[in-house]
Amino acid sequence: MFRRFSMPSLWDEVERLQQEMNRLFNETFSGRLSAFSGFPAINIWSHEDGAVLTAELPGLKVEDLDLKAVNDTLTISGSRESDLPTEGVEVHRQERGFGKFTRTIQLPFQVDAEKVSATYRDGLLTVTLPRAESERPRRIAIKAS
Amino acid sequence: MSENKALEVRKQELTRAEGGEMTRTRRVFIPRTDIYEDGQKITVVADMPGVDEKSVDVTLEKNTLTIRGFAREAGPENASLMYSEYVSGDYERSFIISSEVDRDKIEASMKDGVLTLRLPKAAAAVARKIQIKKG
Repeated sequence: MFRRFSMPSLWDEVERLQQEMNRLFNETFSGRLSAFSGFPAINIWSHEDGAVLTAELPGLKVEDLDLKAVNDTLTISGSRESDLPTEGVEVHRQERGFGKFTRTIQLPFQVDAEKVSATYRDGLLTVTLPRAESERPRRIAIKAS
Repeated sequence: MSENKALEVRKQELTRAEGGEMTRTRRVFIPRTDIYEDGQKITVVADMPGVDEKSVDVTLEKNTLTIRGFAREAGPENASLMYSEYVSGDYERSFIISSEVDRDKIEASMKDGVLTLRLPKAAAAVARKIQIKKG
């Protein structure tokens, strides 16, 4: 009698607790995972011929940005200088970060390093990473037996 | 005051007070901003990646300065997002400007996703500084 009523409610309670824990865990870590992977935050878009990487890097000089593609990795490094005057001003707020950064991204395919291209516009870096010719998917003809 | 600020990955999202909601469903972020002042002007510098000079909107109403930026979609066509660490969205932020500003001489420029605003102080505000004599 006792068991019949208490058991389901106990499991409900455990389930509720578990959901609560998951929620707390997700809230705490979901946004921060990217912070562990480094600066800049990136998005990777894939298509048939390879991938396109985008990153938000406002206020950089193109000459301060360096890209290297080797095998299946892409290294983005660069620096942003502080444009805050050092003298004669009263600083109300300083939130914009500056400094050096470097990040290596491993892609799920070999990159054709010769054909990698990049653009920088409105503070957005876009890197086009074509898949190496040897790794292009081949369409396989299926023969009817 | 000028402590070194490291580069940060996270964007802070704008939370809107009750009652006001955007008609667009895009995410809205608070742009990271530097503000500094010298004798002649207040300079506001805001990071708004993805925003060009045509899609930024600056208003000064009474003493509330509002900056808004509408970012273009960064994704290439015919591609699907495979891995994502950031979300692109619009930007919005308001500041209360304490000094008198010469409204006709406000300059704004947008370069590489960075908005720079120069708000020259009105003549009255520049002259209002009172010299304190040693007594």
